[in-house]
Amino acid sequence: MPIISNVTCPVCGCFCDDIELLVENNVIKEVKNACAMGEAKFLGFSAHRQTKPLVRKNGELVETSLNEAIRKSAEILTDASYPILYGWSNTSCEAVRVGLELAEEVGGVIDNTSTVCHGPSILSIQDIGISSCTLGQLRHRADLFLYWGSNPWHAHPRHLERYTMFPEGRFRKSAWRGYISRLRALLTKKRLTRAAKLVLRREVSAPPRVETAIPSDLQQQKRKMIVVDVRKTRSTEAADYFLQVKPNKDYELLQAFRVLIRDDELDVDEVAGVPVEILEEVADVMINCELGIIFFGVGLTMSEGKHRNIDAALSLVRDLNNRTKFLIMPMRGHFNVTGANVVFTWQTGFPFAVDFSHGYPRYNPGETSVVDILCKEETDAGLVIASDPVAHFPKKAAQSLVENPLIVIDPEVTPTSLMADVVFPSAVVGIETKGTAYRMDHVPLPLKKIVDPPDTCPPDTEILKRILHEARQLRREQE
Amino acid sequence: MPKLEVSLLTGRTIDQGRGKEHGKLSEEYWESVTICEMDPDDMRHIGAKENENIKITTDFGSVVLKVVKSLRAPHPKVVFVPYGPPANLLVDPETHGTGMPSFKGITAKIEPAPKEKVLSLQELLETHFRKR
Repeated sequence: MPIISNVTCPVCGCFCDDIELLVENNVIKEVKNACAMGEAKFLGFSAHRQTKPLVRKNGELVETSLNEAIRKSAEILTDASYPILYGWSNTSCEAVRVGLELAEEVGGVIDNTSTVCHGPSILSIQDIGISSCTLGQLRHRADLFLYWGSNPWHAHPRHLERYTMFPEGRFRKSAWRGYISRLRALLTKKRLTRAAKLVLRREVSAPPRVETAIPSDLQQQKRKMIVVDVRKTRSTEAADYFLQVKPNKDYELLQAFRVLIRDDELDVDEVAGVPVEILEEVADVMINCELGIIFFGVGLTMSEGKHRNIDAALSLVRDLNNRTKFLIMPMRGHFNVTGANVVFTWQTGFPFAVDFSHGYPRYNPGETSVVDILCKEETDAGLVIASDPVAHFPKKAAQSLVENPLIVIDPEVTPTSLMADVVFPSAVVGIETKGTAYRMDHVPLPLKKIVDPPDTCPPDTEILKRILHEARQLRREQE
Repeated sequence: MPKLEVSLLTGRTIDQGRGKEHGKLSEEYWESVTICEMDPDDMRHIGAKENENIKITTDFGSVVLKVVKSLRAPHPKVVFVPYGPPANLLVDPETHGTGMPSFKGITAKIEPAPKEKVLSLQELLETHFRKR
């Protein structure tokens, strides 16, 4: 059976490129090197699949021809006065490029999933600037990894293994052994607690522990990891130190670090639930590292403060660079959300929330971002590609989206496709069709075609090109 | 029924991530997004036991979910619901001019709901969404 190696994984922003697949008779039989999410996608992408285009007639979705679905979609988009075109992060850069052309043709608003992910980070980066790098640099050189509002064990399962704590770098040793010892200690503690519970016949739980000192080896010149989060997670167990911040208090904590990094004093006993002595020690660890990085997740962008939290994080890194070398990077979610931002920017000048209704691109998140447009009920039609806003938007926005005529292009059946008026089942990007995508550190990598798609499932690019062609013809006829 | 005011966080879990790749209509996905992780002391406070149904209410909606003990307590008065259609009935659509709704740190009330059931995906769509 042929083994296909160096396959890129079309799931999360890690965009791992070392996947090996065993393929037999156009079916993926075995997956090597992938995480649980990657393996589930490669093995299960066709399990709950609809392979024929659908159109809504008398309230029911019924099978139709590709031509009719294309015609109907073009009519919906050209008849609408303010359509939204949303998604784009789980498809290829090539498809995004055609999507932008379509948005311009129909005078709509085009937005990608970063609007409900790292959109606030982009706003801050435009204001403050960012000191960043590629993940390869970190793998070889960095000695302090600070994950803030991010849970890589769940959301980016191979991030630690491939890019930060566990790879053997040219100048840094793997921290794998320390992690294994910590896990063993944790398991022993859990076993002892269980044994005590059985012997004493009552619930035995340690009282809430307030950290009074950070481990002394955090000051050593070795790879170390600190997690700042509102609750303990699997990722905090992999960390050398966990700093628990009160919900919605990240901004205060970041600004407190800025004060301490500048050698100023704080006139309070604690900030965001953390004693100042602890903050001083963590600030020392940051200053004394050789190369540090903050990986921040949506814990910062989705909680109170939003882009102001990122302003503070970017400014903290700027301040830290007066004392040592420090970098910062957002933990991007979908495998090509960075690519969507890149293609949007090179085509229109703006990374997301681009409004073509005036005939030229406008960008004003809060006004031209898709959740705001939906909540104000300003739109009258929608096209969703490679995304599932009914499962991921607040109720009010999702209700507004499904009330209007809705086109969905997606290989999978989703809550959004169940509520659509036209559904195109497409080829799975990175498995059934090739393309290009950008890893979270802006490195472009190729997506491979591994197996053939069903005949009735063309690639996203082809579907979009045909809708664009049809929409152009309709608009010419209308003129 | 005793109610508890909590801070609601929504977010990714590996089970939800794997479930979505198996398919949004799969049982695995739906089981992974219809749970609420809660501090065991808070569960005792409201009188809810593992796998019983609870109702979460925010200013934006309410939903019945299955409560599970958090494996990494203590985090008093902080509950976690994985991303998915049920969580989105609870989150704050206000974007404060950034385009980003508030998915984390939302004030919510939790109470036991032994007589109410967790909706299926189809039931949830029929209850909350309709075509014009």
